[in-house]
Amino acid sequence: MYTFSSKLKSVAIGLIIIGAIGVAYGFFTSHKDFAAVEMMLASESHGDAHGETATHHDTKVSDSHATEDTHSEAAQAGAKIHGEHGPQAEVDEHTKHVNHVMHAMHNRPWSALYVAAFFFFMISLGVLAFYAVQYASQAGWSPLLLRVMEGITAYMLPGAVIVLSIALASGIIGHYNLFIWMDPDVVAHDKLIQGKSGWLDIFWFGVRGFVFIAGWWLYRHFARKFSIAQDEADDNKNFIKTFRISAAFLVFFLYTESIMSWDWIMSVDPHWFSTLFAWYVLAGMMVCGITVISMVTIYLKSKGYLPKVNDSHIHDLAKFMFGFSIFWTYLWFSQFMLIWYSNIPEEVTYFVTRFQDYQLPFLGMVVMNFVFPLLVLMNSDFKRVNWFVIMAGIIILGGHYIDIFNMIMPATVGDQWSIGIPEISSILLFAGLFIFIVFTALTKQPLEPKRNPFIKESEHFHY
Amino acid sequence: MEASKVIHAIYTDDDVLMNAVKKVKTARHHIEEIYTPFPVHGLDKAMGLAPTRIAITSFLYGCVGLTVAIVMMNFIMISDWPQNIGGKPSFSYIENMPAFVPIMFELTVFFAAHLMVVTFYLRSRMWPFKKAENPDPRTTDDHFLMEIAVHGNENELTDLLKETGAVEINLIDKTH
Repeated sequence: MYTFSSKLKSVAIGLIIIGAIGVAYGFFTSHKDFAAVEMMLASESHGDAHGETATHHDTKVSDSHATEDTHSEAAQAGAKIHGEHGPQAEVDEHTKHVNHVMHAMHNRPWSALYVAAFFFFMISLGVLAFYAVQYASQAGWSPLLLRVMEGITAYMLPGAVIVLSIALASGIIGHYNLFIWMDPDVVAHDKLIQGKSGWLDIFWFGVRGFVFIAGWWLYRHFARKFSIAQDEADDNKNFIKTFRISAAFLVFFLYTESIMSWDWIMSVDPHWFSTLFAWYVLAGMMVCGITVISMVTIYLKSKGYLPKVNDSHIHDLAKFMFGFSIFWTYLWFSQFMLIWYSNIPEEVTYFVTRFQDYQLPFLGMVVMNFVFPLLVLMNSDFKRVNWFVIMAGIIILGGHYIDIFNMIMPATVGDQWSIGIPEISSILLFAGLFIFIVFTALTKQPLEPKRNPFIKESEHFHY
Repeated sequence: MEASKVIHAIYTDDDVLMNAVKKVKTARHHIEEIYTPFPVHGLDKAMGLAPTRIAITSFLYGCVGLTVAIVMMNFIMISDWPQNIGGKPSFSYIENMPAFVPIMFELTVFFAAHLMVVTFYLRSRMWPFKKAENPDPRTTDDHFLMEIAVHGNENELTDLLKETGAVEINLIDKTH
């Protein structure tokens, strides 16, 4: 049995407290009013920022109308309060700009919280899918790691509920800070969103989210239950049951994961769509999940809790990290290149905003998620070196956080992004919560499944 | 070239062979060669063979392939004749790079794979019309053959090999 070391527990609680304080600070400081934003912009425009904003406006004019950040619609809606389109066009333009920036600043703490919440939730959902694959494929190497995976999936339910709550709260108690299609005022002036309103509806958004979470949780609940029952059983009935529900879950998962990524991520840009987006999200999810499995395994092994786990298990996990990193890159590049190549205005705006305002994170992410794992994890000897896998894992997780950041932020805060107190505190908050829930779940059951039919093979696994 | 004597010990089971290899190694005899009909897992480790470096060569060949692709397309598409083809930006390599990636990828794989295979053929001396170096045709079907050099310790070796479960032990004059 694993005991949650008091040191790790206090680290987790400390992270939650520091994170929560930072998140609260982010919310309290983001509520700048119109005058304050106007002052800030005025003082900025005296510096070199002036040239930048000028080019920014040029591109907006020269590109099609859709280039405009989706939130400019929100700004327009707000601008209506200050003055109708009329003779004083210049004043109107200025009001619109200030309003736009003000909304982006208000959105920042919401988006920071949402990105971090989704990132940690996605890790545990990725692990749940990987866990189901292990059962469905009757893998012989992994049974020693199944309890570690079960521990990590314990975060799936709270994590998913938090993500859905933030999404719904942004539309109900917030000012439509994440999903502008939730704002009836925006929809009223937007033909494109009107056409999609049969799907993008806050009630059905909630219902769909609830169905996904319930389905994933049911699988997790029963798989865990049968896995524990198998320890004490004298036949393999429980294993066979898990095998069956795992196969069924994988079918359910692929559908719900796709819809979840349209709902929870793609719809922050309600004018944009991409057909392989769901797989792209899935690939990132799997990389992060497997990376966290290997990191937790290495941690527990270093503390002496998993004596039977050998280098070959770590090697296999590192191979999966390597393989799925490349798979992620393949999908990222396919999505990017197809849109870049055909250059259709309604699609390409997605990447135009990311290239203009997010150049470093957008390209840096490819280095962290592709070039680095490619070169570091290619050598088969390095994949057996535990600290090497941990180091590679930290870079991969950082890269995939930025990946989610790049999906959400350009649509909500636009060029007002930064990685500062709201973002880092949100990461700390959910990291602490993740560690606390996962390691608490690990203490509940023995770390080695006793009567798994493949446990002997796993113990002698050697590559 | 001097003529030397070798012993051919023949086995009919890979497990027996593995144990025999370990025994012969602990008795500190040099195994010249082992002929098997199929790969025996762990045989190279038991024999103490050095690990292969073919993966390293493959990586280097891949780097060559990537370089060839980049230099080629930079010359053709950017330096030599930078046409406007469908509005693609051919002002610099990096601006038009996404369009080149499929070719960069394929050439990397092509070079890595083919040159590695050629390296393998050269290093293991395999080519068409090569005379097969098989001491006993049965080793391609269901027998395993261990070849040990003899340095006047013929009887001692024969006893050792018999003990290891060899079904047949032949002393052979081998001309190099």
